[in-house]
Amino acid sequence: MGANDLSSIGKPVRRREDYRFLTGSGQYTDDVNPAHHTHAYFLRSPHAHAKIRNIDTAKAKAAPGVVAIYVGEDLTGVNGLPCGWLITGTDGQPMKEPPHWVLAKGKVCYVGDGVAMVVAETPEQAKDAAELINVDYEVLPAVVNPADALKSGAPQIHEGAPGNKCYLWALGDKAATDAAFAKAAHVTKLDIVNNRLIPNALEPRAAVATFSRADDGYTLYVTSQNPHVERLLMTAFVLGLPETKVRVIAPDVGGGFGSKIYLYPEETAMVWASKHVNRPIKWTAERSESFLSDAHGRDHVTHAELALDKDGKFLGMRVHTTAAMGAYLSTFASCVPTILYATLLAGQYTTPAIYCEVTAVFTNTAPVDAYRGAGRPEATYVVERLVHAAAVEMGIAQDEIRRRNFIRNFPYQTPVALLYDTGGYDACLDEAMKIADVKGFPARKAEAAKRGKLRGIGYSSYIEACGIAPSNIAGALGARAGLYEAGEVRVNPTGGVTVFTGSHSHGQGHETTFAQVVSSRLGIPIENVEIVHGDTGRVPFGMGTYGSRSLSVGGTAIVKAIDKIIAKGKKIAAHLLEAAEADIEFKDGKFTVAGTDRSKAFAEIALTAYVPHNYPLDKLEPGLDETAFYDPTNFTFPAGTHICEVEVDPDTGVVQIVNFSACDDFGNIINPMIVEGQVHGGLAQGIGQALLERCVYDPDSGQLLTGSYMDYAMPRADDLPSFKVATKVTPCTHNPLGAKGCGEAGAIGSPPALMNAVHDALAVVGVKYLDMPATPHRVWQAIQTATR
Amino acid sequence: MYAFEYQRAKSVADAAAALAKSGGKALAGGQSLVGAMKLRLANPGTVVDLGGIAELKGIKKEGDAIVIGAMTTHAEVAASAAVKQAIPALAAMAEGIGDRQVRNRGTLGGALANNDPAADYPAAVLGLGATVHTNKRKIAADEFFKGMYETALAADEIITAVSFPIPKKAAYMKFPQPASRFALVGVLVAQTAGGVRVAVTGAASHVHRATAIEAALAKSFSADAAKAVKIPSDHLNSDLHGSAAYRAHLVSVMAARAVAAAG
Repeated sequence: MGANDLSSIGKPVRRREDYRFLTGSGQYTDDVNPAHHTHAYFLRSPHAHAKIRNIDTAKAKAAPGVVAIYVGEDLTGVNGLPCGWLITGTDGQPMKEPPHWVLAKGKVCYVGDGVAMVVAETPEQAKDAAELINVDYEVLPAVVNPADALKSGAPQIHEGAPGNKCYLWALGDKAATDAAFAKAAHVTKLDIVNNRLIPNALEPRAAVATFSRADDGYTLYVTSQNPHVERLLMTAFVLGLPETKVRVIAPDVGGGFGSKIYLYPEETAMVWASKHVNRPIKWTAERSESFLSDAHGRDHVTHAELALDKDGKFLGMRVHTTAAMGAYLSTFASCVPTILYATLLAGQYTTPAIYCEVTAVFTNTAPVDAYRGAGRPEATYVVERLVHAAAVEMGIAQDEIRRRNFIRNFPYQTPVALLYDTGGYDACLDEAMKIADVKGFPARKAEAAKRGKLRGIGYSSYIEACGIAPSNIAGALGARAGLYEAGEVRVNPTGGVTVFTGSHSHGQGHETTFAQVVSSRLGIPIENVEIVHGDTGRVPFGMGTYGSRSLSVGGTAIVKAIDKIIAKGKKIAAHLLEAAEADIEFKDGKFTVAGTDRSKAFAEIALTAYVPHNYPLDKLEPGLDETAFYDPTNFTFPAGTHICEVEVDPDTGVVQIVNFSACDDFGNIINPMIVEGQVHGGLAQGIGQALLERCVYDPDSGQLLTGSYMDYAMPRADDLPSFKVATKVTPCTHNPLGAKGCGEAGAIGSPPALMNAVHDALAVVGVKYLDMPATPHRVWQAIQTATR
Repeated sequence: MYAFEYQRAKSVADAAAALAKSGGKALAGGQSLVGAMKLRLANPGTVVDLGGIAELKGIKKEGDAIVIGAMTTHAEVAASAAVKQAIPALAAMAEGIGDRQVRNRGTLGGALANNDPAADYPAAVLGLGATVHTNKRKIAADEFFKGMYETALAADEIITAVSFPIPKKAAYMKFPQPASRFALVGVLVAQTAGGVRVAVTGAASHVHRATAIEAALAKSFSADAAKAVKIPSDHLNSDLHGSAAYRAHLVSVMAARAVAAAG
């Protein structure tokens, strides 16, 4: 790659990160081994709901290699883990926030709830000692399904949350929506379960906590998507430590998908204990531990209705959702089925009246929080299943019903708070139909029927809100944090640039994409750009990576810092070139006096800034190092259409995906290879949800039945077809990159595409309704029930 | 894992003696035992490794049978020219066990001694009417599989080889449980010298013969004949991945597909 390579934008530049990841030289949290470190093991509740009568650790404390053992009562002065988003109910009351102790106090509320932390010389010794801890439980009845938890007579999990209700929240105009339904020519109704998922990042959660007596400071290595948020929550809200005394480093992290956003009990307990034992403490979750204790995703039960006029135009939508929070509120849990969900119920459509009510409920299960898509997959599933069903009921073609309702005038204010800046929904639908060869489907369906197989085709025209978020809007909606991003661009004397970004890369490839942005904007070779992330000791305060925000918010912060660099560079160049600042242009890595060939290269300006001999010191500070904090003015709205074609074997219920086509609009694309990879990954996870994955707790005992890959079906390569993906571009109107983000779209659009295809295939045998996942057994049972 | 004593046996007699003395467990490929030990579900004080015993390996044709040593891996069976030529259904079945890593370590003897209710090899042994050779005796397939994870083996009895009579035709059809890809239902159909045999794994507490399907196929060896048999669902497994009724249905479907594949 040569100098001044402006052309790397839009190019599939190979990822820099890949060399170390593929050669085993990544530095993950488990690779960190400070001298004399100890190992932690967490004793977890085997019961879904129980009082703790007594914990006897005497024998365990005497076991070989044990350094210390802590239980909930030992953590004096330690607060509970906070929830970062206050939802206010329809009654004007704040949501119920029962304490979420770092280690259980008095009772346990889910299988996996942490009861004790054993610190020992080796992991085996810690585990052996834990087996000697005697916990006297009084087992209580448990409730695991969100609908059951609300029933009268259900076991009460928290004193502070009567009826297990966390909140009842609503959005939209109920009166207008009721009026719309009153004059509808047709109403489509669906009852929908959005199946609970276990995140399963490749790398399990891990932490290494070190206290230094020398400076009373702590260093925490942890698998986090947002080290600054982790530090702020832990120090200010839980441990009461000065933020300045704690450094949080999220080194290489092997995937998060949301599960590594949250402040978890384990690293919090370890940081606290590291001072007491005065030795570093290390922990890496075992996979079965991850199944039990990582925040799970989804778990909604919904009744939804769509009102249409006689031409299939949407008049109104009303939705009631019961959303599981799990046993305790995780860091973002409350906003996922509300702010990130109900606001997307307009979809790509001009539905004028929408009303959504959400009841959030505690259950004796692991805490539930954001998982790839976070609220938007749940919303898209409701909308696109309703649209599919309405089209079938009214005899309108699937593409036609969507076209009759697409938004075409932007900016568009939806009735559910969001203002869409721009979009081109027809273009994505047209392209998806082309690459899916929809025209050839009837012939393929007939040919399959000859072989005794049922083919179906399903559409999903999805939209999402990402690039979270404008802080003032978020705050008005209950967020307890800002949602800006920080970027520092430090030009070094020799002209290379180090960029410190508050975004975190745990699979996204930011080290490459951000370098492409910087290299192109500064006109310097990409090799001269270093991206640093994940360390509160080096990077300005960032909110981290989730919600497909990194390029649009993090990238824009970097762009704004670059703008400041260029502005200052112009001042320096003007001085060196003895020209007026207004006459200096910056292009292709050179500061040029307009209309002349007199110029200074970026590298010269850089050196001058740090060796300011010929320099306007009376007017300008030396140095070339700028920081920008960027608060977005709106969400971004990636959108597109996915079309899935399936072939069902009615003898076994097996659903084979014969084709999956996606046309997505992510705004401007920096690295199409990385974007395509994100789409593939999202599609795999969305198809995983729709076809294979389901987290199941036993309804009586509350035991996690799907506690390993023996029972929790993850998508494998041969479950998936070769995806056909395409993009269209309508640049985002409100950030300088014109970028919308792409990380979650695949997981958002694909579940309804697949399930609509399955419904289409099974319509001929009379199956009206099937919930995810469409496993062979469930499909076969649906066919039996329909054909009985 | 808990701490354990590891012994590497030099011969079958050595291994049997070590097992009798220690009360421990034999280690073949470790694909079930080591996993259970890592989860702390198994705690054998002593593990006697059979991996160094040369006489337990090898595949040969002996008359009208293929004899496979107990420590032969699934990958070796799948790749064996002798097996592919004489009993292609057996090679194909071995190729479908687990994944590549599992096949490179898992063994015939280990799979049979463990007798997982959803394992594939028990269906092959029972369906082909094989004979299990141990250090003490020969056990006919019909006598070997007793219950869930239960076989006729005594505590210090070691499988040395399995002798598979070469069938006229055979095929194995496995319907995978989507998560584990063990057999939700696996059916081996064989036309043997002694008649039609149909062995079913995954559906019940252990592998068993589907006698109703055998009778139907004895009258007419056709896919339709197998498919028409209604298998009762009582005594069949019911779990997250399939009801007993579903498994009962799949037995006929897989049996029919195996008949079609047997040619």
